[in-house]
Amino acid sequence: MLKIYWQRIRHNKLAAAGLVIITVLTLAALLSSFVAPYDPVGQNISARLQGPGAAHYLGTDDLGRDVFSRMLYGSRISLSIGIIAVGIAVLIGTAIGIISGYFGGKIDSLLMRLVDIVLCFPTFFLILLVIAFLEPSIYNVMIVIGLTSWPGLARLVRAQVLTIRTREFVQAAELIGTSRLKIFFIHLLPNTISPIIVSATLGVGDAILTESGLSFLGLGVQPPMPSWGQMLTLGKDYIHMAWWLSLFPGLAILATVLGFNLLGEGLRDALDPRIND
Amino acid sequence: MANYLIKRLLYTIPMLIGITLITFAIMHIVPGKPTDFMSDMNARVSADSKIKLARLYGLDKPWYEQYWNWLKRFGKLDFGNSFKDGRPSIKKIAERLPASLLLNILSLTFIFCAAVPIGIYSAVRRNSLFDKAMTVFVFAGFSVPAFWLALLLMILFGLKLGLLPISGLHSLDYSDMGFFSRVLDTSKHLILPVVISAFTGLAGLSRYARSSMLDVLKQDYIKTAYSLGLPENKIIFYYAAKNALLPIITILGLSLPALIGGGFIFETIFAYPGMGRLGYEAVMARDYPVVMAVGSIAALLTLLGNLIADLTYAWADPRIRYRNR
Repeated sequence: MLKIYWQRIRHNKLAAAGLVIITVLTLAALLSSFVAPYDPVGQNISARLQGPGAAHYLGTDDLGRDVFSRMLYGSRISLSIGIIAVGIAVLIGTAIGIISGYFGGKIDSLLMRLVDIVLCFPTFFLILLVIAFLEPSIYNVMIVIGLTSWPGLARLVRAQVLTIRTREFVQAAELIGTSRLKIFFIHLLPNTISPIIVSATLGVGDAILTESGLSFLGLGVQPPMPSWGQMLTLGKDYIHMAWWLSLFPGLAILATVLGFNLLGEGLRDALDPRIND
Repeated sequence: MANYLIKRLLYTIPMLIGITLITFAIMHIVPGKPTDFMSDMNARVSADSKIKLARLYGLDKPWYEQYWNWLKRFGKLDFGNSFKDGRPSIKKIAERLPASLLLNILSLTFIFCAAVPIGIYSAVRRNSLFDKAMTVFVFAGFSVPAFWLALLLMILFGLKLGLLPISGLHSLDYSDMGFFSRVLDTSKHLILPVVISAFTGLAGLSRYARSSMLDVLKQDYIKTAYSLGLPENKIIFYYAAKNALLPIITILGLSLPALIGGGFIFETIFAYPGMGRLGYEAVMARDYPVVMAVGSIAALLTLLGNLIADLTYAWADPRIRYRNR
């Protein structure tokens, strides 16, 4: 089965492109301390605001820091924000979705109303609110994005569980007295994995984009830690004399988020039996 | 239809209660009481007058009583006065709401007009070059940091080419203009915000139209239509598109909060006089009454948008009406 999925992804050129982008990014994040030519926070005032060239591939910023090295280290920050935020959202969304779909009745309507209500508020407003009142830091950014982005996933998982719950193998498990937790983990979770994988992939891109927005408002990752969003924000003050400061981080965010979205869409096509029949 | 209408209206009641509970809870969870703002800034405020202030705002009462008071004020849309200038929060929103609605309605219209043809054509010519190019195009819009794109376009069209104004909704001499120059002036100010917000919001709707159309194209009645030899245009636009586009009405309602939410960064960078910028400034200044008012009004608007979308859907699709009897 996995082999078939893999082939579908490979034959989908856009999804494959997304996968390549993400692989490069992951390598950059893992190897940044080996590949980066300079210290990402090392200042060199005599070499400030230099354009892209042989010494500094992507130029230097207002404090003479090497943009290429900072972007390499920034990929770590962006990726970890994406992955951890999505991890939190997946945990909450899956748990609520499974409980809601399995038990049905009052619990289901209560939880789904909760989802509807949370979806009524603009997510960015909730995030902005919490971050502004807590200290802005990389951890708070991760947690808050995770805590506000689960409702959509909960709905998807619930819908999936609703269709599986009545199938024979789940009812058989109930009849022989399998514990609820076992049913959840052995029977329900594996069968809901494809919507989870798809929305997790899309979610990572979303979280990276949200971080850049928060950084733009000064509420994201705090300096000197380099995140792409924060580099972009710094660059906007120098956009007339140093275009490279905002161009490269912007392109990096665009390419990364696009990569996750293309892969996510490809996965959706590959994992959805309806589209491929 | 009447049954469905009543059912759908009843469903908004727990939603309303939920929204008021959440806004109330947020106000109480965030560190710092509203009175801190007045007392902490002032060294001469004694502990005694702090208690008096708390009593004045009803902060000494048990939570359910405070919630009941909040509910009563919510019903009258009274969210208290802004800490910044002492004016009622709801008045400040009323001033900003039209500009936000104008921007959102325009960009929704743009999105709709672009997304539907893109979605239909991509589905009909699935895996064609057009389909792939459009997939990348709409996802690029979804993936680009909106403020970055705004900045680049502002520099290109505003400063380098000098074609478009880069901030606000009106020029300085707006009040001296005649009707037509006013319309022209406002349109010029709106072009960049509307185009960028439409481009960044295109993905959801166009992908939805595409997959919905793909589903319909596989149905038996479409295959029958093809086998009867009906002209392809008629099949696509008359039989398929009509059915594929119905669910989009609901998606339009669902995209409301994203549009309002997108406004926070967007309106700030364009210095656009809308609700998003008001909300952002209020959050940054810890102007609680305005923050809560913006959050509540945004949620209420979304609730209303969803209600209208669902009712329109039920009106257009008899299956919904009858299933819910």
